[in-house]
Amino acid sequence: MIHSLFLINHSGDIFLEKHWKSVISHSVCDYFFEAKEKAVDPEDVPPVLQTPHHYLITVHRGKLFFLSVVQTEVPPLFVIEFLHRVADTFQDYFGECSESVIKDNVVTVYELLEEMLDNGFPLATESNVLKELIRPPTILRSVVNTLTGSSNVGDTLPTGQLSTIPWRRADVKYTNNEAYFDVIEEIDAILDKSGTTVFAEIQGVIEASVRLTGMPDLTLSFMNPRLLDDVSFHPCVRFKRWESERTLSFIPPDGNFTLMNYHVSSQNPVAIPVYVKQSISFFESGPCGRLDITIGPKQTMGKTVEALMVKIHMPKAVLSANLTATQGNYTYDLPNKVLVWDIGKLNPQKLPNLKGILSLQAGAPKPEDNPSLNIDLRIQQVAISGLKVSRLEMFGEKYKPFKGVKYVTKAGKFQVRT
Amino acid sequence: MDVGFSVRSEAVGAMRTALNSAENLQLTLKTGLSQEEKALTHAERSPEETRKAGNEDLKEMLESNKESLKLEAMKRVVGLIAKGKNASELFPAVVKNVASKNIELKKLVYVYLVRYAEEQQDLALLSISTFQRALKEPNQFIRASALRVLSSIRVSIIVPIMMLAIKEASADMSPYVRKTAAHAIQKLYSLDPDQKEQLIEVIEKLLKDKSTLVAGSVVVAFDEVCPDRIDLIHKNYRKLCNLLVDVEEWGQVVIISMLTRYARTQFTSPWKEGAMFDEDNEKAFYESEEEKKDQTEATPYTMDPDHRLLLRNTKPLLQSRNTAVVMSVAQLYWHLAPKHEVNIVTKSLVRLLRSHREVQYIVLQNIATMSIQRKGMFEPFMKSFYVRSTDATHIKTLKLEILTNLANEANISTILREFQTYVKSQDKAFAAATIQAIGRCATDISEVTDTCLSGLVLLLSNRDETVVAESVVVIKKLLQTQPTQHSDIIKHMAKLFDNISVSMARASILWLMGEYCERVPKIAPDVLRKMAKTFTAEEDIVKLQTVNLAAKLYLTNSKQTKLLTQYILNLGKYDQSYDIRDRTRFVRQLIVPNEKSGALNKYARRILLAPKPAPMLESAFKDRDRFQLGTLSHSINSKATGYQELSDWPAVAPDQSVRNVEVVEPAQESAPLVGKTKKPKSSDAKFYSDDEEEKEEEASESGGSEGSSSSSSEESSSESEEQSSDESDETSSDSGKSSSGSEKSSSESEPEQKKKTKTKKAPQKKSKAAAAASSDSDENGNGPVTRDSSSSAQSSFGSETDSEDDSDSDAPPPPPAQQKKKKSDVKAKLKVEEKSKMEVSLLDLNDFSPAPANAPKPAVISPSLLSDLEGLSLSNVSSTVQVTAPSFGPVKTHELLHHMTGKGLSAKYHFPRQPCLYQPSMVAVQVILANSSDHSLEKIHIGDRSPAGLNIHCFNTIERLEPEASVTVSMGIDFSDSTQAANFQLCTKEDQFSVSIQPVVGELLMPSTMSEQDFSKEQGKLLGMNETSATVAMATANTSSQAVSKQVLSVANVGVVSSGPNDLHRFAGRTVSSGALVLVSLELKESSALLTINTEKSVMASMLLRDLKQALALA
Repeated sequence: MIHSLFLINHSGDIFLEKHWKSVISHSVCDYFFEAKEKAVDPEDVPPVLQTPHHYLITVHRGKLFFLSVVQTEVPPLFVIEFLHRVADTFQDYFGECSESVIKDNVVTVYELLEEMLDNGFPLATESNVLKELIRPPTILRSVVNTLTGSSNVGDTLPTGQLSTIPWRRADVKYTNNEAYFDVIEEIDAILDKSGTTVFAEIQGVIEASVRLTGMPDLTLSFMNPRLLDDVSFHPCVRFKRWESERTLSFIPPDGNFTLMNYHVSSQNPVAIPVYVKQSISFFESGPCGRLDITIGPKQTMGKTVEALMVKIHMPKAVLSANLTATQGNYTYDLPNKVLVWDIGKLNPQKLPNLKGILSLQAGAPKPEDNPSLNIDLRIQQVAISGLKVSRLEMFGEKYKPFKGVKYVTKAGKFQVRT
Repeated sequence: MDVGFSVRSEAVGAMRTALNSAENLQLTLKTGLSQEEKALTHAERSPEETRKAGNEDLKEMLESNKESLKLEAMKRVVGLIAKGKNASELFPAVVKNVASKNIELKKLVYVYLVRYAEEQQDLALLSISTFQRALKEPNQFIRASALRVLSSIRVSIIVPIMMLAIKEASADMSPYVRKTAAHAIQKLYSLDPDQKEQLIEVIEKLLKDKSTLVAGSVVVAFDEVCPDRIDLIHKNYRKLCNLLVDVEEWGQVVIISMLTRYARTQFTSPWKEGAMFDEDNEKAFYESEEEKKDQTEATPYTMDPDHRLLLRNTKPLLQSRNTAVVMSVAQLYWHLAPKHEVNIVTKSLVRLLRSHREVQYIVLQNIATMSIQRKGMFEPFMKSFYVRSTDATHIKTLKLEILTNLANEANISTILREFQTYVKSQDKAFAAATIQAIGRCATDISEVTDTCLSGLVLLLSNRDETVVAESVVVIKKLLQTQPTQHSDIIKHMAKLFDNISVSMARASILWLMGEYCERVPKIAPDVLRKMAKTFTAEEDIVKLQTVNLAAKLYLTNSKQTKLLTQYILNLGKYDQSYDIRDRTRFVRQLIVPNEKSGALNKYARRILLAPKPAPMLESAFKDRDRFQLGTLSHSINSKATGYQELSDWPAVAPDQSVRNVEVVEPAQESAPLVGKTKKPKSSDAKFYSDDEEEKEEEASESGGSEGSSSSSSEESSSESEEQSSDESDETSSDSGKSSSGSEKSSSESEPEQKKKTKTKKAPQKKSKAAAAASSDSDENGNGPVTRDSSSSAQSSFGSETDSEDDSDSDAPPPPPAQQKKKKSDVKAKLKVEEKSKMEVSLLDLNDFSPAPANAPKPAVISPSLLSDLEGLSLSNVSSTVQVTAPSFGPVKTHELLHHMTGKGLSAKYHFPRQPCLYQPSMVAVQVILANSSDHSLEKIHIGDRSPAGLNIHCFNTIERLEPEASVTVSMGIDFSDSTQAANFQLCTKEDQFSVSIQPVVGELLMPSTMSEQDFSKEQGKLLGMNETSATVAMATANTSSQAVSKQVLSVANVGVVSSGPNDLHRFAGRTVSSGALVLVSLELKESSALLTINTEKSVMASMLLRDLKQALALA
C-alpha cells in the first residue's frame, strides 16, 4: 500500500525519508517539485500525482508536505487519512508538527513511523497504543534515561492493541478524576454584498478531556438531540445506543479526544451573529481605492462577540493601505496581499470601523473584483444552534468525577462577498 | 545461378560490414559508458570520503562495551538513514548488536537491518538465527516483531525460512502474531512470487480466523496475492460482514472494497430496468419489501439476504470518523445498493467536505462522478458546493463541476447568479472554468441558452484576456448549436478580433467566420485580409483556421478572395509545420480546379461547407464511472497498476449456498452448537451462526489476552451485547413482532410461532451467549436498557430465556406466568430450556475457568479399589465430557524383546486400550512373556529404567517361567503424553536386557464420549494454534463411515462421537496423562477428506495427523 514517505519543507528540501518496502530513490519527488513549481500556492498542488512508475499522494500540513509513494491501486483517501494521522501523532507527541521539531526528534519520529505501518499497511495508529510502545519525550524522562540507561521504547504489547477497545489502556489511575466536554460550534456562511445570507450552516464538534481512573462507562445525553442532523463518532461511541436513544454511550479514551462531529439540521435557520457594512471600491482614474468597513452585532444570543477579526485577500495590484481603525489595529502583509484587522471585543455601543485609502500599483488595471472578507469571531458560553447537554452519567466505577461542559461558538468559513 | 550467387555474396558482404559497424558502435558505446561510470563513481565517492571520519567514530562507538554509547551511535545512524544518506558500510558493526538486550537499541538495529539487508545479503544472514530464536519467545510482542523484521529482510536465500515462520505464525495463539503473519505474506510474495500456492494456503487459513485484528490484514494479503480466488471468500463472507464493525478502521476500508467486488460477482443486480427514470415508483416498491416481507413474494426481484447483510452491516460505518471508511461505504452503496438507498450516503459525503483540503479533493471528485448520473442525490446540498474565495484552485474547479452537474430548470437561476460572482474571481483560471460551466449549462438547459449567450457576450468586453478568450470559445460552441439568429454576435466578435491574442480564441473566431461566412458576407473577407498580413506570425492552430477560412471564402465568394486565398496557400506551402503544409496542399487540390484534381473537386463545397453537428459540452467526469469510486484509478482517471475491475452484475446469481457455513467446516467449530439442532435450510437463521462465534471468540480472546484486565473483558462483552441487540433488532423486523406481542399471541398463531422459533434458535442462543457474558456489565447498571431492547426485540423465546439468565444461571424454574401462557407447547419449550440451561452453564465455565471440563478433581482412589471398579468409567472428567469404555479395534502387537537377544526370553507387548488400573495417568500395556529356551527362567522383573523419573507400574516378579510357557502381565507406564520411549531393563535371575516401549501416539489417548454439541463446543475452544489440519487422499475403500471409523480407531484410541448421517466424522479422546482433549474430525469430500485435529498438545496433533493420514490413505 504505502511504499515510502518523504517529508518536504516549503523550500523543497527532503529532510526525512522512510521506506516500508524496498528503497525508492528520492528522485521520484522531482515530479512533485514540478507540480509545485506550477502551482501558485502550495495549497494548489494536486494531492494525487501520477508518475511513470509511481503515484504520489501528498498532504500539506503546517508548512510541510507529507509525500507518500504508492505503487499500486489503493483508495487515495486511505493514504490521505493516514498521512494526516501521522501529522496528528507528531502534533500529539511533540506539541507541534514542524520541520525543526521533527529534525530534533528524528529517532522518535522514525520509531513511530516504524510502528505505524507494517509493509505499508497501518499497524498502530491509536495514540494510546503508540504511547505505550514509544513514550513521548519529556525533559524529565530524557534526564532519567541518560542516568539510568533505560529507553523510551516499551517491550510489551500494549494492552489496547489486543482488546476490543484499543483506544483505552488498562490500569489508568488519577487522583483527581475529571471529565470535561467542550461543545464547539462553527458557523460556515457566505453573505452576499447586500448582507443577505447566501448559505449558512452550523458544524459542531464535541472535544473531550477525560481523566478518569479505571474503566468508566460514560453516558452523555442532550436536551435537544433532534437538532443533530448528521454525526460522526469516535470509535468508542456505541452507535446502536445513539440510533435507539440518541444518547452517547462510550468508554472514553484516556486524555484528549474528539468525541463527535455533528452537523445541525438545515431546517433550523442559522443565527448570524454579526452584520458587516462594507464598501470597497477602486477608481478608474488614479492609482487608489477606498475601503470602509463597519461591523455590528446581529443575533448574538445576548453574549458578547470576542476575538473579532477580519481578513481580506487583496487584489494583486494593491500596494499599501492607509487606513484608520476606530478599534483594534490592522496590518497589511504585502507579499501575501492580506489585510488583517484585529478588532477584539465587539462593543454594541460603539461599532468598530475601518476606513481609508488603498494605493494601487501605478499603471496596473483597476481590479475587476472586490475582495471578499473572511470573518473570525468567538462567542463564549453559547452554542449557536441551541444544543445543550442535559447530563453526564458514569457507570462502572465507584468514585464521583468532576464533570464540566463548556460551550463556544466560532466562525468557521465565514465569508462576506463584496 | 550466376545471378543468385552474386546476390548472395553481396548480401554476405553487406552483413559483414553491418556487423563491423555494429562492433565499432558497441566499442564506442562501451568506452563512453565507462567514462560516464567513472565520472559517476568519482562523484559519488568524494562526499563519502569526507564523511568517512564521522562514520569511523560511529563504528567505534558501536563496538564499544557501553550500552549507552551504542545507543547513541545507533540513533545517529538512524538519523543518517532518515536523511537518506548512505550508512551501509557500518553494517558489520551494527549487525552485531542485533541480539542486544536493550530493546530500543534492538529496534534501531532492526530499522537499520531492514534498510540495508538487501545490499549486504551475506552479512544480513548472520542475524537470521537471532530472529529464529525470537520467533519462539513466549512474549507475543517479541515473536511478532521478530517476524516483522525477518519478513522485511529482502534476501531471497531466506525465503524458505520465511515461509516456515509464516506458516508457524499463522497458527500462533496470539492474534497479533497472526496479523503480523498476514503482513509477512505480502512481503514474501513480493520477494518471491513462486511461493504463491503455499501462501494461498496460509491465506485461506487466516481468512478463517475470527479475530478482528487479523481480518483486515489478511484481506490485504488476499488482495495482493490472489484477488481472483473469490472462492476463498464464500465461507468467510458472512463472518467478515459481521465482524466488520469491530475491525480496526484501516481494515474496514480494505474489507469493504474487497466485499464490493465480491458482491458484484455473486448477487444479481438490484437495479431494475428503468429505475433511473422512475425513482419514486421504485422507492415505494422497495420500501414495501422491507416493511412487509410477505409482499416480496409477488415481486420479481428479491435481494439475496447476504447482499442485504452487507448493506446493513456497512451502514453504521458511515458515521466513522475515518474519512476513508466513509468513502468506501459510500462507494459500496453506490455500486451495490438499490438506487433509492444510495441516498443515505449523501449526508456523510457532504460532511467530509469539512475535512482537510486533500480529503475534499478526493470526495469532490467522487461526488462529481456521482452527480452526473444522479443529480437528485446532491441537489438538496447544492449550497455546500458554493465556492469560497479561499478554496484551492482544484477544489474550486471541482465544486464548479458539481454545481454544473446539478443544474436543472428549477435551480439554474440560482446557479447562474452564483456563477456571476465566480466569473469576477481574481483567480483567472477559475473564472475561465466558470465560463465553460456557463456554456455547459446553456447547452443542457435550453431555457437559459439565450440568457447565457448574452451574458457571455458581455464578458467579451472584459478586461482580462483569458476570460474573453474562454468566452469566445464557449460562444463559438453555443452558436454552433443554433446559428440562425446570431449574426450580430459574430459581427461583434469580428470586431474584437484585433484585440484578442489568445490563439484558441482567435482560431475560434476564424472558424466561426468561415462557417457562417454567408451570414457576414462583408466582414469575412476583411478578416481574411487581416490574417493574410499576420499569417506568418500566428500560431499553428490559427494558421490552420486561416487556411480553412480562405478555402471556404474561395468557394462562396471567389471573386473577392481569390488572390488572398492563393497568397495564403502559398504562404502555407512553405510553412515550417508539416501539418500546415499538408493542409495547404490538400485544400489547394480540393478547391482549385486543375486537370489533376479529379472528382473530388466537384464536391469541395459539400465537403467544406457541410452542416456540422454541434459539439457536446460534457463534463470531464463523464467517463470516470468506468472506475470503481474511491479508487486511485478513479482519481487519476486512468487505470492504476493493480486496479481490479468491478465486474458487471451476473445475469443469474451463482449458487448462494456456497456461503452457507456448514457444521462440518473445521474453522467454524462452534457453529454446530447453533446449527445442528436445525438443519441449515433457512438461510435467514444461519446468518447469526457466525455472529455467535464471533462473540465467543471475543469473550475468549479478551480472557486469553495477556494482562487484559477483567474490565476489558467486561467491555468486550458489553460490546457484544450491543451487537446482539443490533442483530436482534433485525430479527424483530423479520418476525415483525415485539416480545410483548408474541407473548400474548393467540393460540392459532402458536404453531406458526413454533415453526419460527425453530428457525430462530440460532439468534436466541447467540443472545444468550451474549447475555451470559454480559452479566458483569449488567451489574454496573449500564446494560439494562440495551438489554431490554435486545430481549424485547427477540422472539418470545429469546425474552424468556433472557430473563432466566438475568436471575442467574443456576437454572431457576421458568416463571410461572410464562409457563401458563405457553402450556400448549410446553414440551417443546422445556426441551429448549433445558438445552439453553446447559449452554449457559457451559458458557459460564468457559468464562471463568481456562480448562472447564476438568473442573471436578478426581478423588484419589487406590489401585486396589480401582481394580474393583474396572470397566466403569473413571471419574477424571466432568459430567459433560466423559471418558468411555474403549472401543476395541484390532490389536497390534509389538516386539519388545526377541528370543535370540533375550537368551530364550521373548517379550511382546500391545496396548489393550483399557484404562490403566494403577494410576489414571498411565497407559496400560500388556506384555506377553514367553520362554522359548529349554530351561525355565526365574525371577523375571523390571530393573532400572530411564529416564530416571519414568513412572512405571511394574508387574509383580514372575518367579518362574517354564520352557514353552508364556504369561501375560500388565504394566502401567506414564508417558507424560510424549512419544518418548520408555526404556527399562527386563531382568531375569541371570541376565538383564535393555528394552524399550515406543508408544504410538494414538495409544496415548483414551476415548471419551461427548455429544456432537459438546464436541463442537470444545472444538471451538481449541482453535488457532491448537488446530492442525490436512487434506487426505482417501483410499476408495475407506469412504464408508464404518471404514473410516475402523481406520481411525485402529490408529488412535478415541471414541466415536455419534453424529447425523452426514459426511463428517468426529472422534474424541483425552490424553492419558494430562487429560487434554484431543478432537479429531474428518470431513469427507469426494476423493479426499479434510482431517482436523484440535488439541492443546500440538506435537501430538501433528504426529497423530501423520499416522491417521497414513492409515486413511492406505488400504
